[in-house]
Amino acid sequence: MEDIILLSHGNGGEATRKLIEEEILKYLGNEILEELLDSALIDIKGKIAFTTDSFVVSPIFFKGGDIGKLSIYGTINDLSVMGAKPLYISVGFILEEGLSLNEFRKILESMRSAIDECNVKVVTGDTKVVEKGKGDKIYINTTGIGIIEDGISWHGRKIEEGDIVIINGEIGEHGLSIMLERLGIKTEEIESDLAPLHNITLPLLKISSGIKFMRDPTRGGVAGVLNEIAQKYNVEIEIDEEKIPVKPWVKNASEILGIDPLYSANEGKVVIIADKKEEKKIIEFLRNHPLGQKAQIIGEVRGKGKRVYLKTKMGTKRILDPLKKDLLPRIC
Amino acid sequence: MDIKEVVERIKKISKKKINIMEFCGTHTHEIFRYGIRQLLPENIHLLSGPGCPVCVTSEDDIDYIIDLAQNYDLGIITFGDLINVPGNNGSLNYLRAKGKEVIVVYSPLESINIAKQNPNKKYLLIGIGFETTVPNLAFTLIKAKEENIKNLYFLSLHKLTPPAMKAILDMGEIKIDGIIGPGHVSTIIGRKGWEELFNTYKIPFVIMGFKPEEILYGIYHLLKIIEEERPALINAYEKSVKEEGNKTALEYMYKVFKKGSANWRGLGTIEDSGLILNESFEEFDIRKIYPQKPNSLKSKNNYCRCGEVLRGVIKPTDCPLFGKSCTPESPKGPCMVSSEGTCSAYYIYGGE
Repeated sequence: MEDIILLSHGNGGEATRKLIEEEILKYLGNEILEELLDSALIDIKGKIAFTTDSFVVSPIFFKGGDIGKLSIYGTINDLSVMGAKPLYISVGFILEEGLSLNEFRKILESMRSAIDECNVKVVTGDTKVVEKGKGDKIYINTTGIGIIEDGISWHGRKIEEGDIVIINGEIGEHGLSIMLERLGIKTEEIESDLAPLHNITLPLLKISSGIKFMRDPTRGGVAGVLNEIAQKYNVEIEIDEEKIPVKPWVKNASEILGIDPLYSANEGKVVIIADKKEEKKIIEFLRNHPLGQKAQIIGEVRGKGKRVYLKTKMGTKRILDPLKKDLLPRIC
Repeated sequence: MDIKEVVERIKKISKKKINIMEFCGTHTHEIFRYGIRQLLPENIHLLSGPGCPVCVTSEDDIDYIIDLAQNYDLGIITFGDLINVPGNNGSLNYLRAKGKEVIVVYSPLESINIAKQNPNKKYLLIGIGFETTVPNLAFTLIKAKEENIKNLYFLSLHKLTPPAMKAILDMGEIKIDGIIGPGHVSTIIGRKGWEELFNTYKIPFVIMGFKPEEILYGIYHLLKIIEEERPALINAYEKSVKEEGNKTALEYMYKVFKKGSANWRGLGTIEDSGLILNESFEEFDIRKIYPQKPNSLKSKNNYCRCGEVLRGVIKPTDCPLFGKSCTPESPKGPCMVSSEGTCSAYYIYGGE
């Protein structure tokens, strides 16, 4: 008989203790978490960045990752794009009764390797179990704290006419790969771009003071982020369709499914707005990094406004609207 | 000829005011997506036609679907766009949020597995679309019959394109000088499928593909025969469209369906413009089990001008609701809901 999660694993008694000590601590443990206090006690000096995100992706295992890895990298990336060095993470699990314990272990193991890779610690957490049918296997919430070194934050720098728009690689992979996975379509090349961004954003902020904005284009895609920038900072942005890097399988899938890669989610990409003077330095740095080999300048800031425009490959121009419809729920 | 040259030639071809209608919603969207209108001179007007299956579904039929979903014990299986179309008593999307089973599928064949895996439940598959999608639905029903599935019902909202085009031409509300023939539909019905229409009206008709260069070249071709007053029915999408169409697909289609009258939004009831189930597939027909009653709901949607948009009589921007109370997030009519809808294309791509 297969070991599964039961309601008793969440009742706060012996089964809960066993699940925490024998499973969760085994994978995620460290000296702070192992104290099992009601709050983690940590010393941090300096300016901190603080973020939270919940993960409900279906399927929980997909090509290129799983919900566990996604829950760590997702929060790492929210810290990284703000220029914060990720330090501590909290993890909240909501498990559905009946989840296979082996699947849960696989997720924990994957979280462990993500934590090690990013050199962060899980310092506090929580586990709840809901009745069968009231959840979908597993949901994870993570919260992250990072520290921002003096002088590297882009926050407060002013976006101006002539600034350039950069992406560190090919777009739309996560959203479309999840969609194809759900349709049961699998090929060698279809894979999520899930990756942690701190190794790319932090060194970049150190070498260039010309970076004025960074955000990871997850839900809503690159088009979503650009529209957020245009509206928040009152600027008009124009991007060039021909400059946007897209893998052939993404292009094909997007045509068949009717989903523009510009609106499809990414999990290992960062949209950067930077001073044009720094163009060479930034692109050179990115292209020498494994996560930035296909980096590309895709457009520029055109002055005051609120809209995003796309120059098509026909040389015409049209509005690139923010996403107005649900593409697909539960991609992250 | 490269694109620049095609555009140059288009500019020189005529100074007259020329109205061209693209029948197909995918053409409408591609034309906007690539900004093709910006490349055309001012005297060339592109009008969008009724080629969006969700958009042409009548208000009564939408209310019938909502009624079936709400009041009978049926799980609804359908394609994406339909669930957002507002009826006078909510939308499928709304009913789903309230706990009704509404399943969105990419392929109708999924409905067979759903029905098999849940033998104690009854399901209704909604078939919607023009000739392009019908063969898939027909194949699904053939399979369901072969596998003796008893808990799956079917509602046909399928419609045929040539009768709709004919209806618009008969109404004569707008002068149409040329027609951009739908590429996907023609893949099924062939160039031949348009012959009767062409022979009756002698309006220049060019079947086109969907790549921007195919559309531009097709428009150039169309303008040429308009200007030279040499009306013809031309297949400019030969890589996909055959003279006779796709015979296998047509066989499947007419094995399961026969022509019948259909109710179109904006066009009204047109004889022989829809597809209804053949006698041998009647067991699946939801209309036989829970017949459609005369609609008792009062239309709440008096200001939506989707019907006129579908006939090319007005532009979406002429509608008082457009971009104000009617947006893709909160659509008041199907032309704003569907990814093939003209209002949605105008809104998303910023059409003027």
